[in-house]
Amino acid sequence: MRTLFLLLALLPSIAGATMAADVAGMDTSQEARYRTLIHELRCLVCQNQNIADSDAPLANDLRHQVRRQILAGESNQEIMDYLTQRYGDFVLYNPPFKMITLLLWLGPAVLVLLALVMAYLFTRRTRKPSTATALDEEKLRKLLDENK
Amino acid sequence: MIPELGHFALVLALGVALIQVFVPAYGVWKRDPRALAVATSAAQTQALLVFFAFGCLTWSFVYSDFSVAYVAANSNLELPMVYRVTAVWGAHEGSLLLWVAILGGWTLAVSIFNRRLPADITATALAVLGTVSVGFLLFMLLTSNPFDRLFPVPLDGKDLNPLLQDPGMVIHPPMLYMGYVGFSVAFAFAIAALVSGRLDSAWARWTRPWTTTAWLFMTLGITLGSWWAYHVLGWGGWWFWDPVENASFMPWLVGTALIHSLAVTEKRGLLKSWTVLLAILAFGLSLLGTFLVRSGVIVSVHAFASDPARGVFILGFLTIILGASFLLYAWRAPKLASEGEMTLFSREGLLLINNVFLVVASASVLLGTLYPLLVDALALGKISVGPPYFNAVFLPLFAPLVLMVGVAATVPWKRAKLSEIVRHLRMPLIIAIAAAIVVPLYIHGHAPVAVIAGGFLGFWAIVTAAQEIWRRMRAKTTLSAGLLGVPRGVWGMSLAHFGLGVWALGVTFVSSYSVEKDVRLSPGQSIDLSGYEFRFDGVEPHVGPNYDSDYGTVTIEHHGEVVATVHPEKRLYRATQQMMTEAAVDHTPLRDIYVALGEPLSEDASHTGDWALRLYYKPMMRLVWLGGAFMVLGGLLAATDRRYRLTRAAEANFAKNSAVV
Amino acid sequence: MRYLIPVLILAGLVVLFAAGLKNDPREVPSPLIGKPAPAFNLKLLGEEGSYSNADLKGRPVLVNFFASWCEGCQVEHPVLLKLAKESNVEIIGMDYKDEPADATQWLARHGSPYRKVILDHEGTAGLDWGVYGVPETFVLNAEGVIVYKQIGPMTEAAWREKIAPLMAGAAK
Repeated sequence: MRTLFLLLALLPSIAGATMAADVAGMDTSQEARYRTLIHELRCLVCQNQNIADSDAPLANDLRHQVRRQILAGESNQEIMDYLTQRYGDFVLYNPPFKMITLLLWLGPAVLVLLALVMAYLFTRRTRKPSTATALDEEKLRKLLDENK
Repeated sequence: MIPELGHFALVLALGVALIQVFVPAYGVWKRDPRALAVATSAAQTQALLVFFAFGCLTWSFVYSDFSVAYVAANSNLELPMVYRVTAVWGAHEGSLLLWVAILGGWTLAVSIFNRRLPADITATALAVLGTVSVGFLLFMLLTSNPFDRLFPVPLDGKDLNPLLQDPGMVIHPPMLYMGYVGFSVAFAFAIAALVSGRLDSAWARWTRPWTTTAWLFMTLGITLGSWWAYHVLGWGGWWFWDPVENASFMPWLVGTALIHSLAVTEKRGLLKSWTVLLAILAFGLSLLGTFLVRSGVIVSVHAFASDPARGVFILGFLTIILGASFLLYAWRAPKLASEGEMTLFSREGLLLINNVFLVVASASVLLGTLYPLLVDALALGKISVGPPYFNAVFLPLFAPLVLMVGVAATVPWKRAKLSEIVRHLRMPLIIAIAAAIVVPLYIHGHAPVAVIAGGFLGFWAIVTAAQEIWRRMRAKTTLSAGLLGVPRGVWGMSLAHFGLGVWALGVTFVSSYSVEKDVRLSPGQSIDLSGYEFRFDGVEPHVGPNYDSDYGTVTIEHHGEVVATVHPEKRLYRATQQMMTEAAVDHTPLRDIYVALGEPLSEDASHTGDWALRLYYKPMMRLVWLGGAFMVLGGLLAATDRRYRLTRAAEANFAKNSAVV
Repeated sequence: MRYLIPVLILAGLVVLFAAGLKNDPREVPSPLIGKPAPAFNLKLLGEEGSYSNADLKGRPVLVNFFASWCEGCQVEHPVLLKLAKESNVEIIGMDYKDEPADATQWLARHGSPYRKVILDHEGTAGLDWGVYGVPETFVLNAEGVIVYKQIGPMTEAAWREKIAPLMAGAAK
């Protein structure tokens, strides 16, 4: 049953691009914002598409909503808030930085640092033979000192 | 009858694959040379049986045998012949058969070319490949049999997904699978090394060409996939960070790391356990990709019809194969001690840093791809991770890699002198900086910082790669002697790095200077975009072999001259009733013009009214794929370097040494 | 120990995937759960007057977004009819982006489980309610607060296991 529903819902989104996206009445900066926004908002019914590329009716509605809000002078943040209030963070392809996305956003940086430190330690370890002997010599001297 | 034969061949292949696993394993355990010898014949028989099954499915498609459910679901009497053949891998079941057939091909190649290696190594490797075959054959026979019959037999088939009816789809999947599956050879050698406890320069030397070959196919597959998406999806993009793309990109990154760490292991005898781990990971990520795309755990543009039972099976198989490999690794790898010293500022040191960035890049892609799954599993809600995230994370990881590409080739093994390196790289540095400023200014009249930075990276890789060849050639007196005198391995490396630079340039220009416009035009009307005049000449109905289309005509003029007449289409495929946007692209090496047809905008939807069109001007678009082509060519040259063709004497020597060990 | 890291990471991933296989990646939970129903004031189908979110208060109701063009709605329709008849649930229909004439015809043919049918011709209510694919059904308690959202066709199992207990609780 679920599969049936999903397949039916998905059919329109399989087709190609919708061109009707209308930027009439927007100035250059508004148009640029519009393009960025519709590329970063997810079409909920589609198979992983943004609302710019999808011609599902919902994507069309959402584009028009974005357009209306831009023309009404709302900021990007206001528009995104409007949509997340209704659909949740799922609509944002650019996940906001918050508690649950902490690992997502910091993960790569942490990994790079960790890996670089490990690589550095590894190259130091390959020189172990010499340092180990140095240590042993020190120990030896200590032992000798104690025995004195 | 033919489908039954195919089915039977698969069952037989499963039986033979089991022999290919267990008899050599017994031979390795008991040191029984007769049991070891079974590996080769079993592997070859298994491969031929799978090829036969593949032939049977192809036959069913060619002759439109709709009593086979898979054929009925993915073909049609009107489907052109070439797509009937490629429809074999157009959906889940058949693409699995392609996978197994390609695995058979690689297995066959290993069994033929590695006859001169120590018998136990070859036998272990073939047994490992056999294990992978067993898994996939079982998967196919239990959950996804392409030969299942359908009753009653339909009069006509449902037709191939229109997205796949494209020349790109003819070769993209086989190439990509050659790459995915090809990493299984490096994986098999890695396991053989762990089992035998022998991992030396010779091991690295014979693993290298296999890995490079798999890598070059994967590069080709990904490049073709990108090109296909660009002109078929109709969205003007060439990379979407979709899970299906990430699934191929992750093993590519790790495979690239593997190629580089193999070089260190071969030349310096270092990073042994790390190289083995990468070999396991590259194939492990290929398996993971299979799971992600076919289980339905993640939403992707190109998801196969998913079924939880399939997901459970692949997950189980993946757990067994990788779990066993990693446990074996944990047990045996500590014994693969590397001898020798390593300093960071040396070629091997820089290659280690290269590995750090490549592996972290791969891990970050994995993190981004799986994060929504994690958040969902912890019941914290649903989030999406899309291109903005991946671009933000990938760029800072990628830039250092390209910088190092330029340095590493000039840095000698063991220990480098900074003053010498600076002297070597002074010229390329100056050229790259100058080119990064001058070229964009000359072409576009303005150069944002992002373009200069990206352009510098691209030119840097290009100039240093050229310098490397030049440095090698200068020693020779004549040009031909110079060209031939440079070893293929060096050619390969330099071309691949050159390709990386070309790719980086393409990406920089496309992402900074592309212009996109959605317009409404009535027939005869023109519009200007970046100095190009687009005249819309109207739309006519057109009948294709298995679709009806609205066939548009757009004439493009530049400086008053007609440069191209293109035909964007909107096709309605008759059998599936699916609408497809066929974008029209006119390209020169320096720019692409991309026209996609939208909907009719007049009320009566007549052909003579207004239409919506989407126009793109994309400078340097071709460089993105040209870069990939250079990398493929580089891989090809590197894989066929004479060094890898072991001389008989060297092998005899190696075999003797191994026997002593 | 560090040689065990790969196998530990694998174990973590396998647990994650096993959990992931149980979830539907397409189902997007509504952020409106626990919040009052979004405001609207729209015309009714087949009768005079309008209906607003205030009218939803006072008793638990189901708000079902449907349309005559929606094929999943035909799938769930018998279930809704049965609920309306046997369980005496108040179901309010939201006719989403549909022509009134089409909806009237569709309801005449399949029968109507709805006490009232609200016309959301432009889909504005749908947008405010975060509807992304009809059919979707919202469960509201007596205070007019959304307590649950069924995405996709209503099923008897969903009613029995999830919604009926909520409605019983909401009525108190």
